[in-house]
Amino acid sequence: MTNRPLISARNLSVSFSVGDSIFKRQSLKAVDGVTLDIPKGSFFGVVGESGSGKTTLGRAFLNAVPIAGGSATYDDGTVEYALDKMSASDLKSYRRLAQLIFQDPYAALSPRMTVRDIIAEPLEVMGITKTREETDQRVREIAARCRLNLEHLRRFPHAFSGGQRQRISIARALACGPQFVVADESVAALDVSIQADILNLLKSLQRDLGLTFMFISHDLSVVAHTCDHVAVMYLGRIVESAPTRDLFQAPRHPYTRALFSAIPSLDPDDRGTVQKLQGEIPSPTNQPSGCKFHTRCPHADDLCRREEPALESDGSAHQVMCHHWKALMAEA
Amino acid sequence: MSLLDVQNLTLEFKTDEGLVTAVDDVSFTLEKGEVMGLVGESGSGKSVTAKALMKLNAQNAAYGPDSRIDLQLGDGSTVDVMSLNRPKDLQVVRGGAVSMIFQEPMASFAPALPIGKQMVEQLLIHADLSKAAAKALSIEMLDRVGISDAATRFNQYAFEMSGGMRQRAMIAMALSTKPQLLIADEPTTALDVTIQAQVIDLMKELVTEFGMGIIFITHDLGVVAQTADKVAVMYLGRMVEQGPVRDVIRNPQHPYTRGLIDALPKLDDLDAPLVPVPGDIPSPLERPSGCVFHTRCSQSLGQMCQTSVPEWSHRNADHKCACHLVLDGAGQ
Repeated sequence: MTNRPLISARNLSVSFSVGDSIFKRQSLKAVDGVTLDIPKGSFFGVVGESGSGKTTLGRAFLNAVPIAGGSATYDDGTVEYALDKMSASDLKSYRRLAQLIFQDPYAALSPRMTVRDIIAEPLEVMGITKTREETDQRVREIAARCRLNLEHLRRFPHAFSGGQRQRISIARALACGPQFVVADESVAALDVSIQADILNLLKSLQRDLGLTFMFISHDLSVVAHTCDHVAVMYLGRIVESAPTRDLFQAPRHPYTRALFSAIPSLDPDDRGTVQKLQGEIPSPTNQPSGCKFHTRCPHADDLCRREEPALESDGSAHQVMCHHWKALMAEA
Repeated sequence: MSLLDVQNLTLEFKTDEGLVTAVDDVSFTLEKGEVMGLVGESGSGKSVTAKALMKLNAQNAAYGPDSRIDLQLGDGSTVDVMSLNRPKDLQVVRGGAVSMIFQEPMASFAPALPIGKQMVEQLLIHADLSKAAAKALSIEMLDRVGISDAATRFNQYAFEMSGGMRQRAMIAMALSTKPQLLIADEPTTALDVTIQAQVIDLMKELVTEFGMGIIFITHDLGVVAQTADKVAVMYLGRMVEQGPVRDVIRNPQHPYTRGLIDALPKLDDLDAPLVPVPGDIPSPLERPSGCVFHTRCSQSLGQMCQTSVPEWSHRNADHKCACHLVLDGAGQ
């Protein structure tokens, strides 16, 4: 792993226009002023509740939603793309380099195509392979990497369990040989027993093929075990970003701490000791003033209601967006 | 006399491909005020077992001749659910003595009716109340589960609420008829961890207040540890382990229960490898002979596990396990 960023975003914003009629159009900022670097060869985690903008951020890096402000670049050493201003032909070649693995393996696979056709489709559409033999060869290679049998290739998706289907989705995403893969809640729909298997597979693929992963999840314990670096999102902003070990040993943002304490403990005698977060994430069309978290934060004061804190660090890679993090760390 | 006494419950579905055994000789009891966690992977028969308590499974379900479900009603009398057949007779159970909360609150409310109307409708059927009294009770229940401004919410539609609020409304609706038994089928799986923690707290409070029995279906052992008094683990329609929550989580006896616990990512040791339960749950059409788990079991004894169905062996009076490896009284 090098420290050279594969993906970097500077003050990136994505907004959608919502409303009942064209006269009542409102702008919804799903991602608001995000600055981050995803190092080449890393397993980069993004966590947050529903509505925090984590999926939209992933889509922005894939150029699947229009970027409203700021910039984002892809640079793998041989080619470089500015994701905020791409021509149609650039986009076509970028699709080969950046791919997405979806959340729900039941909805992501066409029920009318065989597994072989599902994995072969991107190869044929992008014109990567020229002959049928070449395509078959490539499909068999990638299927073997994702631990699918040749026997499986002739069947239809309905014959497979959730874990096997997710392996098929992964094979399809990797068929065109991408450098950058966004895994959006890729284990959320799976049983814990299977989840561990898919996580181990993603990790080994990342190592063997030298891929860079952006792993989007709402499950902190899953992220803790797979990612090198974690960014925590709340209402379209990154509120804390740190190497996994630092984040889990000493979370600085009150939101991150609340997320930790909400994970149900396996110890039955640990009941009732957790710090509960009140209320729900505010609507992104009607955002609070100042620090966006102040409506749910137990430590909020006037400063928090008035001024939005900046993402700051103490010189290390650990960044946090909170007025009071130093005082809170001293208390703890 | 227990609130619920299920003996030798067996359920098969007649399908085009043949008879599918979904529940195989399951027995358990539940007391008033007790919370039982029902754990297992998708396809293990958890939901089918729970629905059988109200005979709510599809038309092609055939119950075994020895199946017996004795349920205590609100007036203290006992009814054998298996003996009821007409929908009219079953109403004392469905929505009367037993209420159910489903996993996806968006799918379980009718989208075109205000939630208040749906709450009143079921109260008019199951409780001897006037329309005005039913409305007052519904608003009181909405308020009770922590929905602010309940009188306004009463007239709103399901799509106007957030996921957490919908699930609260679902709980309010299920409890308004004062059921003896509440079945909660993965009630927090679709929610964020912070909201999940709120809903779990709410359910614990309500058990103390209303004193009903709860069957809590989940695949998350952390949630079970935080909510349940006892645990039953299911695999391919069979119950493989049963016991008090502390015994099962701290001293799991069955290799499957141990596998489920080992597969959970733990936050206290980030370096611990994730250990999946090997393989996938077999198709119910190809149920393994002998111990149903032998095809995935790392400690299989070979011949014995492949041919003979293990009997229950007791670790102590309440904690039992169906595995050839575990000998009777091993814990004493």
